Amino acid sequence: MHRFANPKRFLDLSRRIVPWLAGATIVLLAAGLVWGLGVAPPDYQQGDSARIMYVHVPAAWIGMFGYTFMAVASAVFLVWKHPLADLAARAAAPAGAGFTFVCLVTGSLWGKPMWGAWWVWDARLTSMLILLFLYLGYMALINAFDDVNRGSKAGAVLALVGIVNIPVIKFSVEWWNTLHQSASVSRMAAPAMPLGMLAPLLLMAVGFTTFFGVIVLLRMRSDIAAAKIRTLQLGQARTAPGDTRGTENTGEAAP
Amino acid sequence: MNAVVEFLRMGGYAAYVWPAYGITAVVMLGLLVATLRDLRANERTLQTLRQARRAAPARNDEDPAHGEDSVPVEAS
Repeated sequence: MHRFANPKRFLDLSRRIVPWLAGATIVLLAAGLVWGLGVAPPDYQQGDSARIMYVHVPAAWIGMFGYTFMAVASAVFLVWKHPLADLAARAAAPAGAGFTFVCLVTGSLWGKPMWGAWWVWDARLTSMLILLFLYLGYMALINAFDDVNRGSKAGAVLALVGIVNIPVIKFSVEWWNTLHQSASVSRMAAPAMPLGMLAPLLLMAVGFTTFFGVIVLLRMRSDIAAAKIRTLQLGQARTAPGDTRGTENTGEAAP
Repeated sequence: MNAVVEFLRMGGYAAYVWPAYGITAVVMLGLLVATLRDLRANERTLQTLRQARRAAPARNDEDPAHGEDSVPVEAS
């Protein structure tokens, strides 16, 4: 159906949105940093070490949100064969992996002073580590084929299978006895956190989200350019042997 | 001055708080720089190819719908 989807409208839209998202990211993160590091009160039990929360928790949210985004885009790609959905899934993977990595490292830096250990094989930590491996596996798989489209399909299937890990991460602190504390923000009752700590947390979370949006849109734009390059090079390769008109510039095509 | 030192001490947790923020900054900036570098390289290559094509047009039998402005996807 969408054998050839013209991405021109997407490119126009993306060019208009990215500057706004980038500006919002700078403002949100600056406000979140000043509030979180300077203004917010220290935790009554954990002291100033709790300030790690303002990067750790939003990073965890984006790690999980990014994977969900990737899985939904993969489903759209597999069902409707829409090439932009494939590009969106591919673009989300490095950003999601980056934030999952940040979540694990900052969690480790928070765990050492509070739990006395850099790492414990606890349900929450282990499922988050599996999330990082799913991202890395996806990125390795999509690039493992000479045929780009086959890589996309294999990656989309992996992304969909791996989505079961997302509810496992979310409910791991309830299903198993874990060292990790349970949710303080996303629960049915009001968040168990004073406004002075909740506000910088949400500022950072929205800032990370807009940053994720910038990265995804820019990577999609880059992938569209790469697809056009492949099409043009294919056109050159099709010119008859002995006809140098189309092949004389292939040297410049190499990056 | 004391207020600055007090802030940097982070209530004795400086060795954990600052690396946490540092690694976050490094990963985010790394993502942004890698993405921008990739985008610029691809756009430059594309422009070079287009200029080469305009200078020496290949066979003119291309269906416009199959031109470079479309992202090809193999029908399956």
